[in-house]
Amino acid sequence: MNARLHPVPEQFDDPVQQREAATLGMWAFLATEILFFGVLFAGYTLCRVRFPDAFAAGSRHTDMLLGTIETAVLLTSSCAVALSVREVQLGGRQLATALLGITAALGASFLVMHGFEYYAEYREGLIPAVHWTQQGVYAKGMEIFYCLYYFITLFHSLHVSIGVVLLIVMAWRTWHRAYDARYHTPLELTALYWHLVDIVWIFVYPLIYLVGRAG
Amino acid sequence: MSTVERPAPPRSYLEEGFGLRSWLTTHDHKRIAILYGIGITAFFFLGGLAAALVRLELVTPAGDLVSAETYNKAFTFHGVVMVWFFLIPSIPATLGNFLLPLMIGARDVAFPRLNLFSWYLYIVGGLFTLACLLLGGIDTGWTFYTPFSTMFSNSHVMLAVVGVFIVGFSSIFTGLNFIVTVHTLRAPGMTWMRLPLFVWAMYAVALVMILATPVLAMTLSLIALERLFGVGIFDPALGGDPVLFQHFFWFYSHPAVYIMILPAMGVVSELITHGARRRIFGYQFMVWAIIGIAVVGFLVWGHHMFVAGQSMYASIVFSILSFIIAVPSAIKVFNWTATLYKGDISFDAPMLYALGFVGLFMLGGLTGLFLAATALDVNLTDTYFVVAHFHYIMVGGAVMAYLGGVHYWWPKITGRLYSEAWARFAAILMFFGFNLTFFPQYILGWEGMPRRYHEYLPQYQVWNVLSSAGATILGVSYLLPLLYLGWSLRRGARAGANPWDATGLEWQTPSPPPLHNFAQTPTVTEGPYAYRQ
Repeated sequence: MNARLHPVPEQFDDPVQQREAATLGMWAFLATEILFFGVLFAGYTLCRVRFPDAFAAGSRHTDMLLGTIETAVLLTSSCAVALSVREVQLGGRQLATALLGITAALGASFLVMHGFEYYAEYREGLIPAVHWTQQGVYAKGMEIFYCLYYFITLFHSLHVSIGVVLLIVMAWRTWHRAYDARYHTPLELTALYWHLVDIVWIFVYPLIYLVGRAG
Repeated sequence: MSTVERPAPPRSYLEEGFGLRSWLTTHDHKRIAILYGIGITAFFFLGGLAAALVRLELVTPAGDLVSAETYNKAFTFHGVVMVWFFLIPSIPATLGNFLLPLMIGARDVAFPRLNLFSWYLYIVGGLFTLACLLLGGIDTGWTFYTPFSTMFSNSHVMLAVVGVFIVGFSSIFTGLNFIVTVHTLRAPGMTWMRLPLFVWAMYAVALVMILATPVLAMTLSLIALERLFGVGIFDPALGGDPVLFQHFFWFYSHPAVYIMILPAMGVVSELITHGARRRIFGYQFMVWAIIGIAVVGFLVWGHHMFVAGQSMYASIVFSILSFIIAVPSAIKVFNWTATLYKGDISFDAPMLYALGFVGLFMLGGLTGLFLAATALDVNLTDTYFVVAHFHYIMVGGAVMAYLGGVHYWWPKITGRLYSEAWARFAAILMFFGFNLTFFPQYILGWEGMPRRYHEYLPQYQVWNVLSSAGATILGVSYLLPLLYLGWSLRRGARAGANPWDATGLEWQTPSPPPLHNFAQTPTVTEGPYAYRQ
């Protein structure tokens, strides 16, 4: 049945070759993603060297509790998506769909929590160019910190949003028996992408929320 | 008496459909290559017109033809268009797209739809850039240096930035496609050390494309942020660091030079082996030189900033690394020369282009060493010496190789032969026109004429007039191929499968090739360039 549902495109000899190509393509894409975020982290590092105190002050204005919960949520979602891939490999359709649904829901809740953070920052006057009311010696450096904070977290949230949409599609297709133990490459690649989104956040979290807090 | 039923020759990819729709929805790598070819040719002549305006203005010392603002917009448009809409996609997206699957014995690239999508991205990016031109242009120089581009320029910076941002994704997707294609779709027996050097060059350039271009995309986004909202990390008035912008920009834009020259080196390796009818000298050295250039190319960007205020120690390291990258480049030149030794050399048009490339690339490369020396660079920075240096690499090198490749594979792509006499004439004219245009600029730069000014001291006029005269000849030599290659499309003699009697899988299939390239997937039993033992 699967061969009829998923004909091998003409450029490939067989499903194995197709799977290899798709997987390598995703890894190459993830390499570009690392460079996308890498620039932002490099920019962050250099600016932090210039304004260490202002970056620490800016960091203290972030919501560490929400940030920590968000981290936990994303890590849990990565675990769920990994389990769903395993479940499909073992032929468990219902549990796999449920796990994908949980992953998507966790991703969406991450976005909602971040929305609350942004709202709180708006009320505090912490959004450069839109609503900025900070005064004092650190104001200028803090503005750069928040500029990078928004750029990095919004770019990351864009990735989370794309991931949630992909996960919903994967859940839908898994439920409708598009994937089974023999063919599940799209599901596997979506999971890979989701892990990258998670890994990027593991770097964002300490840089934004934890840096200089104790000092 | 029985008649032997001959199988009809397979339908070529050009006969698979004739309407516009069949082209705009194609997934065939060969047709996508031609779509790219049309796009980059149009942009090449647009960028050329801007250069013509620059050269016309510089005939006289006074700024009398156009205003300073118009002049700035002319050289900016020339740079933006030539770098991102001609040179970066030139060889990879046209010849690479067409030949990569053919050379490794594949039916198509790994992701044909992504391939078409990347062409559409190229066109959309191009439309933004054209809109920028039509609405009044951009005056920042192709480098978009901050804070001028973010705070002070009153021209349409955003449109150009968006255009370049979009076209960047086109090159990322092309690179991704090439990497996966080379890894997974090689024909049986086509081992890594049997790949033609053109394929190696495409592979290396694809790595540079996917790893460098994201940095440009993010840097341009940060520029957009700063320009639109007045907040950011580059403008010193905001507490930012303009040198940081230069680091980011050149982290992409120096490897981008290798995106232009590596494919050119790949093409020239094919042309020289065919023209000398010999195996390439030192195949493995050539492969590692390609990889070495791609890797070290990522580590030399700081040589653009010797006078920009980066630390002296950084400058010293970047200077040494820039000298080091000359080693693999020189290996390639030596090996091409050694390939010619005792070769059965034919001076056909592709070979003339290839030999022209070697000479011009060598001159451009050697003057690069001048500029890599920190002490000398302080004198030469932002003079015409730099302009001459990079035009020797990017025009004398990359464009010559591109045209050489177009001539060499033209019979394969179109199934027609062009006028060899005209082609040789154009190649020779181009070599002389090029040198007349750009060699005087070395002298101008050495004597201290700064770049990007629309007026200059009268003492520089002689060399400027020579340069503009050369540009006229160069312009004619670029128009000629358009004419005789266009003529060959209708009137040219039919080319057989292998008009050059060359090796390589692309010559083992009819010209033009059928939709899926080969009647049967070929099996490879020996390395490339098996001309003679």
